[in-house]
Amino acid sequence: MPIRQTIFSVFVALCLVVIIVELVRKRKLREEYSWLWLLTGATILGVVIWYDALVWLTELIGAVLPTTTLFLMAILYLMAIALHFSVRVSKLDNQVKELAQAQALFEEKVVSDGIRRPRPHAGVANDSNNEDGGARGADTA
Amino acid sequence: MTDTLLVVIPAFNEATSLGSLLPKVFATGVANVLVVDDGSSDKTCQTASDLGARVVRHPFNLGYGSALQTGYRYALEHGYEVVVQMDADGQHEPADISNLIHARAELGTNVVIGSRFAGATSYPTPLARRIGMFLFRAAVRFHTGERLTDVTSGFQILDRDVLHFLAGARCPVDYPDADVLIMLHRAGFRIGEISVRMYPSSERQSMHDGWKPVYYVFKMALSILVTLLRGSERPGPS
Repeated sequence: MPIRQTIFSVFVALCLVVIIVELVRKRKLREEYSWLWLLTGATILGVVIWYDALVWLTELIGAVLPTTTLFLMAILYLMAIALHFSVRVSKLDNQVKELAQAQALFEEKVVSDGIRRPRPHAGVANDSNNEDGGARGADTA
Repeated sequence: MTDTLLVVIPAFNEATSLGSLLPKVFATGVANVLVVDDGSSDKTCQTASDLGARVVRHPFNLGYGSALQTGYRYALEHGYEVVVQMDADGQHEPADISNLIHARAELGTNVVIGSRFAGATSYPTPLARRIGMFLFRAAVRFHTGERLTDVTSGFQILDRDVLHFLAGARCPVDYPDADVLIMLHRAGFRIGEISVRMYPSSERQSMHDGWKPVYYVFKMALSILVTLLRGSERPGPS
């Protein structure tokens, strides 16, 4: 591997690792989501340091140039990361739904117990003067 | 025991264990027990409630660290001064709760850890876990100067200042262990340790099964590293 390529690849890998660690340090990224990115950086470093492994892998998959193998690996990694986050987003979607439902049911229970009036939904004016003379609950907490 | 003490027990599918544990806890004289049901699919919530514990139930599983934090927040909101946290699987001996309370008063520390290794012990530990424990114990000793023997013990007593400190974003959502001890030390909290009795956990799936030990080692190493990089995070006013 040409020396410039080696230097650039090492620089990119180290930058990636530093950025990930910094994001975790600032609590902007959880440790549980950092391992795949750190693995990516470690893999880049590994490939650069052990170039023969890249050549071997190139022959194994039938590619012509090691750079082809690198691009393919990068695409596969990005696919894996995207799939990982799709799974996480799906799980979070379900959790948000469950939380929203639990909150709605809880709010209904609080209102029916007469503790406070229901909060208006977004975009609806909060009419505290009940003009139709309907029953009013206890004061809002 | 004092009304300012709350025993917090995070639980995930521990209906069977709680059935034997909670009566023993109440038998020690503890009046206030909170079980944090971390999204269990069994009768953990019902069992705990039937046996006299207060229960806070997560709508889904958030993890051990988050369940503990829920307990801390509950304690703060309800004016408790001290929390004893223990596991729901019967590993921890309820009779040692009073020992933790006395130790905290005698040592004058903010935290007292109940260690299974401080005295003579026959606690069986798999080799891989022993290696991990050794490494993280060494890391805690190196960075804190404290000769703690059990840095992964979930049997601890914490005072209100520590509860405030851990009630925010600092508390890890999973495996709050050696990294939390280092964080607390750097924030100026004092940590002590006493010997307690511990029993091997039951056959059911633990949070250290399968690939989890691999992730645990990675997570703990990274968490300790970033804790050191953050510097000391001094607690705000209580």
